[in-house]
Amino acid sequence: MDIKDLIVDDRDRGVFRVHRSCMTSADLFRQERERILDRCWIYLGHESEVEAPGDYRRRTVAGRPLFFIRGKDDRIRVFLNSCPHRGAMICRRDAGNAGVLQCFYHAWSFSTDGDLIGVPGEDAYGPHFDRTEFCLKEPPRVDSYRGFHFVSFNPHVEDLVTYLAGARDYLDLVVDQAERGMRVVPGSNRYTIKANWKLLAENSLDGYHLLPTHRTYVDYMAGLGTDESGESLAARPPGAGKALGGGHCVSENISRNGRPIARWHPIFGEEARERMARVRRRLVQKYGEERTYRMADTSRNLLIYPNLLIMDFVAISIRYIEPVAPDRMEVTAWHLVPREESGPALATRLDSYLTFLGPGGFATPDDVEVLESCQAGFRATEAEWSDISRGMLNPRPGTSDELQMRGFWRQWHAHMQGRSRTNVQDRANA
Amino acid sequence: MTANGRSALREMAEDFLFREAALLDAWRLDEWVDLFTDDARYVVPSTDLPEGDPARDLVFIDDDIVRLRARVARLNSRHSHRESPRSRTRRFVSNVRVEETGAGELRVSANVLVYRFRSGDGAPYVGTIEYLLRRKGGDLRIAYRRAVLDMEDLAWHGAVSIIF
Repeated sequence: MDIKDLIVDDRDRGVFRVHRSCMTSADLFRQERERILDRCWIYLGHESEVEAPGDYRRRTVAGRPLFFIRGKDDRIRVFLNSCPHRGAMICRRDAGNAGVLQCFYHAWSFSTDGDLIGVPGEDAYGPHFDRTEFCLKEPPRVDSYRGFHFVSFNPHVEDLVTYLAGARDYLDLVVDQAERGMRVVPGSNRYTIKANWKLLAENSLDGYHLLPTHRTYVDYMAGLGTDESGESLAARPPGAGKALGGGHCVSENISRNGRPIARWHPIFGEEARERMARVRRRLVQKYGEERTYRMADTSRNLLIYPNLLIMDFVAISIRYIEPVAPDRMEVTAWHLVPREESGPALATRLDSYLTFLGPGGFATPDDVEVLESCQAGFRATEAEWSDISRGMLNPRPGTSDELQMRGFWRQWHAHMQGRSRTNVQDRANA
Repeated sequence: MTANGRSALREMAEDFLFREAALLDAWRLDEWVDLFTDDARYVVPSTDLPEGDPARDLVFIDDDIVRLRARVARLNSRHSHRESPRSRTRRFVSNVRVEETGAGELRVSANVLVYRFRSGDGAPYVGTIEYLLRRKGGDLRIAYRRAVLDMEDLAWHGAVSIIF
């Protein structure tokens, strides 16, 4: 099948379909590695994960083993995790602190800024041996935005701020909630889903599945006295689904219950009431009523195209998706919290996270199940198409209307055909 | 304590753990949750931070009795999709160690292996579970249960969808 035919996007009739080979084909998987993962900015980690000089973290990003380390000059550098001498991994733990980086094969050693500083028996290499040819190698491009560090294997990629397009404002809405910046708490949730990675990008933005798939979560919350009865979709505030340009998308909801930053609800306990009111006053003073409303009273599931999600609702989760095979992805989730929060404020937030989120939460396991179920269903190859048309003719699409998922797929399709950024919207709201 | 006293204590703890394992394998979760005290806590730390503290760190599970009962209600529901239909599990509990803490409580640890089979696939959850057991009448109750997984991530299971 020709790549251009993999997606049906009939904006007049309101029909959007994705051919299921996009989730199963090994050829397409190889091509999307080259055309998407090797071209875009890909999330690496958060600055707070390496607070002290010498702190490092190891990651696999778009298939490459990498690590990032804070230097004595306080700069964060990213290196390919492979010795320039023979290839062994330099960094062999997920996290730690090092003053000098030494390869365990022939004991070549490197400074935290990547310079080769020690070679046992260096004389044997003769007079032309040049240490500078053996510095630790960095990915072609490295950049950060407000504490979020990204890499790109495309030397010609646009700068990160341009790349983020309309997603930048939404990242600001997350980061600005904190008075003294954000930090990632220790511990991460790492799990594998036997499904194509794009299904999780979709699912993370999909408001339509909340009530049917996550009924036990909704019932649990309702039992605690929140306004989460299993009423019809029509009775719920619609929120907004938006394509932000460049494949970035957001699903924005009006919170009817509490939000850990500054929207109090009895579920958080009386103790939290005055504390959250104080935070709210601070936010209003600094950002005004309207922006405070957006930070405190609305929630957002933000996709930074192609494979990073910032889930800012019951708490803030950074969710990174590493595609490993057409039918397999590795997910890592971290919890982002305001640095100034400790004691009861932090406890409330940590607890709120675990209700919905994470592979031990009351909702994420059901998403894992549903994506694996879709992937298994795709083996019925005679059923060729998945439908993502919902709300395509709605001029004000809500979170159940799937515009945000079409935004992701339209950019994916453009990239797969060798085109760059696209900002095609539905006809109804173009 | 005498050697006899120690083995009697261990036998009591083992009997309790074996009974708990049987309830879980039989999916008799309502009876299982009744083994807990009202001030109990059930914690599963993240795989990359086995020493994780739910007051500070990101964990998989940190349930008080309210959430634990809700977890059981969820697992009893046919809408708990990851376990509906239910997986088959078989638990092996060994290397039980018991220590008296005074105040009528026992600190117990055990190595636990749970094989889980579902959807044409099967894999183990492996780890150690630490308990604080409180004497109540002639029986024991769980006041604290911390299940620490040995796997490096949830690559096999995708979730902690059963009670580990």
